[in-house]
Amino acid sequence: MQLRRDVFQAIADPTRRAILLLVASQAMTAGAIASNFDSARPTVSKHLQILTECELLNQEQQGREIYYQLNPQKMKEIADFIEPFRMLWDDRFNKLESIMKSHQLKK
Amino acid sequence: MERKTQVHAEAGKQEILITRTFELPVELLFKAYIEPEIVEQWMNTKVLKLENKRQGGYQFETTDPMGNKHLFSGVVHELVPNHKITRTFEMENTPFPVQLEFLEFEALTEQTSKLQMQMVFKSVTVRDQLLKMPFAQGINMAHNRLEKIFTEPNGN
Repeated sequence: MQLRRDVFQAIADPTRRAILLLVASQAMTAGAIASNFDSARPTVSKHLQILTECELLNQEQQGREIYYQLNPQKMKEIADFIEPFRMLWDDRFNKLESIMKSHQLKK
Repeated sequence: MERKTQVHAEAGKQEILITRTFELPVELLFKAYIEPEIVEQWMNTKVLKLENKRQGGYQFETTDPMGNKHLFSGVVHELVPNHKITRTFEMENTPFPVQLEFLEFEALTEQTSKLQMQMVFKSVTVRDQLLKMPFAQGINMAHNRLEKIFTEPNGN
């Protein structure tokens, strides 16, 4: 049984968010990433696997090493997903504002 | 320029924080929340009931672009004119659990004000689902609303 990884579940974890911050500046190997955490190496590997599955990280083979790097496209998708919700409220509030402005004038 | 409407939804938290500044005196901003005819206009809904007092209830009926009717309702827990409204919010006949809303109104200057709306959800999962709803429904809803605004005759 394969559970589809939810990207929001992925970023809900503080360690995984720390990993994303870490690789934001440069691609890193699993070993280099793990050295930044107290957690056991398999734990970090598991986090990397989850982040890779939901495409927040890309793997790139360089010689014998696998480097992990941030997938900016996917990060942008997360940032954008709140945007329609924000627009919905922005739209409502703009309407409220213009209605009350004319309300004020009528008085 | 800073956006007038801001949404904060921290990962892993079961709340959404919406803040908005208005070029309106706080009295007018508050009025837009308690006068049924005004609520109907900006919320694009029909107001069936709006009791602005502690333990008062409210119920809105909104018709979506497909013509389906949706009921939204809740109970008021706290209402301090020009300062705050604390209330529950529920989408009737949906699997979504009730949520809690803290609305805080603040006068910035005589002519400007700020609204902070804190929505608290039963779980992080529910919060994320709700946050994603406008995204999932596509730009459809916003488009329809925009279209309506543009085709509505101007003036009162």
